[in-house]
Order: sequence, then C-alpha cells, then structure tokens
Amino acid sequence: MRKLFGNRRRGRDSLGGFDGHVVRNAERDLFLFKRRLAIAGLAVIVAFGGLIARFVYLQVYRHGHYETLAESNRIAVVPIAPNRGVITDRNGVVLAQSHSAYTLEIQPSRVRDLDATIDALAELVDVTPRDRKRFRKLLEESKNFESLPLRTKLTDEEVARFAVNRYRFPGVEIKARLFRHYPFGEVGSHFLGHIGRINDKDLEKIAEWEATANYKGTDYIGKLGVEYSYERELHGTTGVEEVEVDAGGRAVRTLSRSSPVAGNNLRLSIDIKLQQAAEAAFGERRGALVALDPGTGEVLAFVSKPGFDPNLFVDGIDPASWKELNESPDKPLLNRPLRGAYPPGSTIKPFLALGALTSGKRTPTQSISDPGYFQIPGHSHRFRDDKPGGHGMVDMHKSIVVSCDTYYYVLASETDIDDTHAFMSTLGFGGLTGIDIDGEQPGVLPSRDWKRKRFAGRNYRDDHRKWYLGDSISAGIGQGYTAFTPVQQAHAVAIVANNGVAFRPHIVKQVEDVRTGEVRQVAAEPARTLAVKPEHLALVREAMVGVNKEGTGTRAFAGAKYVAGGKTGTAQVFSLKGEKYEASKIDERLRDHAWYVAYAPADAPRIALAVLVENGGFGAQSAAPIARRVFDYFLLGDPLAGPAPVAPGGDPEDESD
Amino acid sequence: MDLLARVWEFVARPIDRFLFGIAMAIVAVGVVTLFSAADQSAARVTNQLASLAVALAAMWVVANVPPQTIARTAVPLYALGVVLLVGVALFGVVVNGSRRWLSLGFTRIQPSELMKIALPLMLAWYFQKFEGRIGWKDFAVAAALIAIPAWLVKRQPDLGTALLLTASGFYVLYLAGLSWKIIVGLTAAAGAAAPFLWNLLHDYQRRRILTFIDPSQDPLGAGYHSSQASIAIGSGGVVGKGWLNGTQTHLDFLPERHTDFIFAVYGEEFGLIGNVVLIVLYVMLIGRGMMIATNASTLFGRLMAGSITLMFFTYAFVNMGMVSGVLPVVGVPLPFVSYGGTALLSLFIGIGILMSVQAHRKLVHS
Repeated sequence: MRKLFGNRRRGRDSLGGFDGHVVRNAERDLFLFKRRLAIAGLAVIVAFGGLIARFVYLQVYRHGHYETLAESNRIAVVPIAPNRGVITDRNGVVLAQSHSAYTLEIQPSRVRDLDATIDALAELVDVTPRDRKRFRKLLEESKNFESLPLRTKLTDEEVARFAVNRYRFPGVEIKARLFRHYPFGEVGSHFLGHIGRINDKDLEKIAEWEATANYKGTDYIGKLGVEYSYERELHGTTGVEEVEVDAGGRAVRTLSRSSPVAGNNLRLSIDIKLQQAAEAAFGERRGALVALDPGTGEVLAFVSKPGFDPNLFVDGIDPASWKELNESPDKPLLNRPLRGAYPPGSTIKPFLALGALTSGKRTPTQSISDPGYFQIPGHSHRFRDDKPGGHGMVDMHKSIVVSCDTYYYVLASETDIDDTHAFMSTLGFGGLTGIDIDGEQPGVLPSRDWKRKRFAGRNYRDDHRKWYLGDSISAGIGQGYTAFTPVQQAHAVAIVANNGVAFRPHIVKQVEDVRTGEVRQVAAEPARTLAVKPEHLALVREAMVGVNKEGTGTRAFAGAKYVAGGKTGTAQVFSLKGEKYEASKIDERLRDHAWYVAYAPADAPRIALAVLVENGGFGAQSAAPIARRVFDYFLLGDPLAGPAPVAPGGDPEDESD
Repeated sequence: MDLLARVWEFVARPIDRFLFGIAMAIVAVGVVTLFSAADQSAARVTNQLASLAVALAAMWVVANVPPQTIARTAVPLYALGVVLLVGVALFGVVVNGSRRWLSLGFTRIQPSELMKIALPLMLAWYFQKFEGRIGWKDFAVAAALIAIPAWLVKRQPDLGTALLLTASGFYVLYLAGLSWKIIVGLTAAAGAAAPFLWNLLHDYQRRRILTFIDPSQDPLGAGYHSSQASIAIGSGGVVGKGWLNGTQTHLDFLPERHTDFIFAVYGEEFGLIGNVVLIVLYVMLIGRGMMIATNASTLFGRLMAGSITLMFFTYAFVNMGMVSGVLPVVGVPLPFVSYGGTALLSLFIGIGILMSVQAHRKLVHS
C-alpha cells in the first residue's frame, strides 16, 4: 500500500514532496471514502428494508383486501367513449353524426379456432364474404388484445339470436358502439373527410397530445378533412365506469360512473345546398371548385370531383372497394382543390396585370400592337397568340378582356421573374393559404431560386438550373413551370374582390360546446392587406367585369341578373409541337384543363370562386358555366338559370380562352 | 485443448465472476417474468436476449479497458453529451409531448441516456485530476457540471431523468467528501423551497404528484397504473400465484407490464418470497460494487465504482417504490429486469466499468 500510493503520488508532489505526509493523506482519504460508502450502504439497507416493509404491508397485511379485489371481484375500469361532435353546414343541416349500433366482436386471443368460430357465428347472424375479408384485414393490423368487429349494425333479431347462444362463444361479444354516418355520401367528402380505426401512427399522435388516457375506449379517430383537423374539438372527454367483472372478464355490475362529455359540434361555413348545386353542375366531369366569402375567408363550397363515399371508410374499407377507389384513373381520393396543382393559364393575367401596375412596369393606357405572336429578339421561335393575326392595339383593359397572350409575352420579357415571384407571393401563390384542413400543397410559383433547387439533383446539369428568358415568357401566360391549386386561385381572386384584404380561408365557422351552449366563432381576422393602389385594383376588376360583358365569359353570363367579374383560362396538359390544337382529335385525358376564376356581385362581392375542369378544354366553355350556376344559386337561389356547360371536345368556335 | 483454455482465459480474464453471476441471476429473473408478462410470446424474450448479447459484448470490451483510459474519455463524452442536449433543445424530435430525442436520420438517440454515464465519469475525472487539493471551489465547479445537463434535461421536460442525473452527480460529490454541512444545508433548503418549486413544475408533473397522493384523480392514466400495480402485488400474497398465473397480468389489467411495471407482474406471481429474493440479489450486487469501490487503486476508480453502484440502487429502489405505490410514477425501468435494449446496454456498460476497476486494481496489499 505504502509503495503503491507513494509511487503514484510522486509525480505530482515531487516539488518539495514529503512522501510520508502524502501517504498519510491518501490513507486518510481512503478511510473517509470507506466511511462514506459504509453510510451509503446503511442507507441502502434502510431503503430496501422500507420496501420490504411495504411489501409485507401489501402482500401479508392487506393481502386479503387485494386478493378480493383481484380474484373474486375483479374491478375493471371501463372507459366510456364520448359522443363525437356533430358536423353541420352553415344552416344547421347535419353532415356527419354518430349513432349507436350493435357490433359482434371477437377477441382473437381468446378464441382457439377462428375460422370454426366465424363459421358457427355465420349460422346465427348474417356474415358476408366482405365481412370476413374485412375482419382478416383488421386481424393482420391488430395487436393481441384488441376486440375486433366481425359484423357491424346488427339487427335486434340477430342480437337476440346471439344472446341465447352466447355461452357457446367465449371471446365473442355483442357491443354497443358509436358509428359515424355521413348522410350526404359523396357530396362534400373531400372537406368532411372521415374517421377510421385508430392505428399505430394515430396512437403516437395521441401520445404527443398527452391524451392517451382520454382515448381509451375510443376506436375511431378523424383521418381526413375536417374530421381530422378538428379531431380534438370533436372527440370529447372519455367517461369512466368502474365495474365488477367475473372470472371470464364479463361485467357483472357497475360500481361507479362518471359520464363522458360529448365532443364539440362544428358548424361549417359550407352551404350544403350550394355544394350540391356545384357538384351537380360538374356532372360526370372531373375537377375542383372552391367558393369563398371574400369578406371573411369562409369557404362556401369545396368541390373535388369525383368524390368517394366516406361511409365506406368508417368500419374499415373492404379491400375490393379500396382497390377500386385507389386505382381508378379518375383518382377519386385525390383532394384536387388542396393538392391538385394545375398551370393557371390565362387566369394568371389579372394578377400579373395588377403586379405590373403596382411596380410601374405598365400604365393602364400603355398599348402594344399585337401581330399575333411574340419573338424574343434574335430568336426564330414564335410564341403564338390564340387569335391568328392578333388583336391589334391592346392596352391593359383589353389584354384581360380578350385574353391577349402577346401583351403578357412582352410584359414577361421586360419583367424579372424574381420580381413577379415577389408580387405573386403576396397573393398567396407558391405558399399555403392556411386553410383549416390538412394536406395543402404549395404548387409552384417559379423563380430563379426555385429552379435552382428544383433541378439541384445530380442528374441535372448546370444549364438545367439556369433561368432562361423563355421560362419567363411561358410563366407570363401561366404556363411552363407555373402551377396553382384551386384553393390558391380562389384565395387570390377573393383578395382582389375584397379590395386587397386577404383572409385565411376556413371551412369551420363556429365550434359549439354542447354542454355549456358556448359558441366560439372561428375568427375572420384579416391575414394581411396587399400593398396595391385602389385605382389599380379597380382597373383590374373593371377588366374582369369586361370579360363577362364583352370578352371570353360573355356567353356563360348572358342574361345574368347581377354583374360578375371573371377570367377564363386554359391550362395545357399536352404540348403540341407547333400543331394547331384540335380538341376533338386528342385523347380525352390529354385535352387542356379549363379554368375560371370569378367573383360577384361586381360592386360588393359576396362570393369569389375558382373552377377547374380537368380536360375540359376551353375555360369559357366548360368552367365558366359552372361558376354561373353557383352564382345564380348563391345570389338568386335559382340552381337552373344560365346555359348548361358544354361537353368537352365540342366545337371551340372562335372563342379564345 | 491448450488453445481453448487460452481463449477461455482471454475471455474470462477481465470478468468479475461474482458480479457477473449476480447480474445474470437478476437478468434471468427478468427474462422469466418477461415471458409471463408478454403472454408467453417468445418474440419479446428473443428480443431481450439479443439486446443482452450486445450488452454483454459491450461490457466485456469496457471491462478490458483500464480505468485511466476510461477516465480520458470523460471530457469528450461529457462535452458531446452537453452538445447533444443543446442539439435536442434546438432541433429535437418531440415524442409524447417532450423534446427528448435527436434524429440522426437513420435512428433517433436520447442524449440524456449518454449523460447518465458521462456525468459521473466527468466528475470522477475532475476530482482525480485535482486530488489532494480539493477545496470548496472544486465542489462549486462540480455543482455547475451537474447543473448544466440536469437543467437541459429538465427543460425537455423530463424531470425524472433530471433528478436521476443530479443524483448520479451527487453520489460522486458525496463520495469525494462533500461536507456534511453542505449536504444537510442543501436538503433543508430543498425542503424549504418545495412550495416554490411547485410553481415551476409542468402541468403533467403536478398531475403525477397529485395522482400519487390520490390515485382516484386520474383513474385511466397514472393513477390507474398505480392502483392496478398495488392490486397485483398485494394479491400475490406470501408465495405468489405462481409463474404464468398472475390474473391481473393476464386479464390485461396491468399497463406497461413489460417495461416500467414489470415488477408488479413479478410480485403477483412470485409473492413476498420472490420480492425478498430479488432484493437480496440487488443487495449482493450493490455489496459487490461497494467492495470493488473500496479496493480500487485510484480515486477515479473509487468514485466511478461507488457512484455506479449507488445508481443501480437508486434505479431499483425508485422503480420498486413507484410500482408498489410509495413513490410517484416516474419513467424508470427496473435495472436488469425491464424490457428494453438501451437500458440493458447502459447497465452492462456500468458493470463493465466496475469490472475494469476491479481487474486493473493493483493487487498490492500491505
């Protein structure tokens, strides 16, 4: 010991070191350490002794009490799921509600031969092959102890028949469960969304909310749309029931109960009749429509065609229906208003005009002479106008009314794309509008920076990342890289209609607490005000009114009892290298998309909307008439006024978009 | 044969057989209980055994490293731990409402786990460096070394782990000879400050404490855990219900029964006798750890071995106390028993450090 410590310490204490002293110190340290350790050891013994005392208390002294609790009267704390809030439209029409129904449930871990059990059950209650398939799917996804529904919505007779035979089926039970019903089926499915069984990912989210206890007893959770984004409002507070259960785990009697608190009701800003009228106006065509109240940002109608029946998803969709929905070329599951990004085509022109006025690039009277095409100096390629021979002298008003491409080719050639980007961003393009349902896509508002990032991959060369003048020219008429979602378009038109004041679009108007009767309005706070001059806005709006009076929207708005401002647009799907576009000759799915953005009445707009008809051809033909119907319905209460939309592929006549 | 013997010699050389035997006995208790808790599914047991293999390999490697080499990793490990904790605060992934994880792209790590070893390591290194002239200033520095990671973990928020970190640091200070006056003073100050600390707690932390006082306040959450665990243990009686026969366990009454609450399964099935056996095993483990600490040749070895041993005790005590309802519910696994690979790994690294201290002591007794 002496040697060891002496050696070890010598290095440090060699300056005037006195070994004996150091060793004594080290020994003293060790002694102190041992004493400290001994005290800690004593604490360990005392602490463990305390634990053993606790065990003796629990396992000997109170053993009888706990044994009673555990053995003869097992007390189960049973959560009682709260009633999910009702969703209504702005007039109180029910769009989604819960109702109680009997289900036949199997706890797979307690059943020896599942197939035999299901076969035997099929003799008592009706079990279709579809039920079996769905049960199999649930079984694959489930954890050990879950009770899984084999059949839902049992009839009273079926319940009675099973009840008599219950003893034959350990692990099978009839349960009263809450179901969700969407009375309008496909109508509005894309904003309503649907609920579905809680999966692992949902559980993680619930844990993040620290709501795990509150979701005990809840089997379903909002998966999409309003059901998803307002899940926490809709769910409510779970109640608790203490029940005695017998050795088989069945409830014998209730000991105490605290009632659940139902979730909050949601009143949407949607008018379901307007929604129905809008969906009907689409007929069999695919597309999207978003109608907003420009003064509040309330969503009045939100159409994505085709839709799907949300009721299919509630008890878990069967594989055949899922396959059909998922693989259909019409993409019924795609939320087009939120996630469909389409080139805006000519509907971008009023916005670009406003930008040009604001930046001073153009004055209202400045005119160009339109020969029917535009050429970049030194290049042979001609960017064509829709009207061969051109529109003659064109000022800003006329450029919007007749939708003159050449005017915007020239404007684009003289404007830096990053300036365009900066102005268009303030209208909400290229970003999220912040609508209160999930899954919104930003679309593409191109800029130099965007192109550099988009083509940053190793498969691209530097010249792929460079911004060319030609890119600006295409973007100048809403083609090329540019792609907006219908929600963005409706939002931007609403800003123009509302004199530059932007509101965040929202579908939920108010949240109602059922218990207290308290109503919370979803605030319509102006998100921001555009830095544009009122006279510039007035000019653009006047031109948009001109579109419907003397321009491309004239036919659709013939005889309307109100004045509407609008702009048609056609988005190229398929590039025809120099050939003349003839809709009837092109495969239906490669035809152009038709756009129409509009607001009405022109002097004090109450509704602003964007319509997109996929492969609809010219906007004036197929999209504008849908807007007309929606306006007629909303402003006049008459769903059948106005001309019927023309089927795509018809004679384009001499109208440009 | 000779080769085999030499290989065996090589493998067994750094292993402290007594310590290893006790640890493995506790692991065996855990695996047996896990099999019952997992409703006799082999998957969890296999998983746990796979984690065990990794943990044992890590233990062996660490046991081969001399303590002074381990000491050299103290500063970098501590610095890394603090950097990662700051990283968590800035870019952490939120799980269960707390920002505890750091995403590395391919996997997520919880830096507070690393800190559980790095902090005592750092403190032991510090005291060793200034051995022989440790003054109150050094204790102040040490307090700061504890406070930085503890504060970072506390604000995640993870009060339980922050307290455990503080405890692991405190043990080093205590063993290094922190004055009793300060210890008593701090304890008194903490007691006096308790009402003020209450205001600093997060809602969930207050809820847990209130639930601990009155379990019926949260019958579906932590209170449910606590009262169900008491029923499970209490109904086990003296001899227990027998392996695989715990009704509370198998009727699905017992939550988290593989992890933090596995002791309730054990208590139900093996009764008071089983509990006492387990506690005796822990006492033996701790006793051996303390022996290694007293035999250590350096201050670093003593402090490391001592604080690791006391941490084993703390985990075991806090977990069993929580499951049997004498301590509030905090997320602490039962050492060597609860299901979970990360915990097993850090526990066996701790065992590895103990073995390293033991194997590299210079056997010079006067």
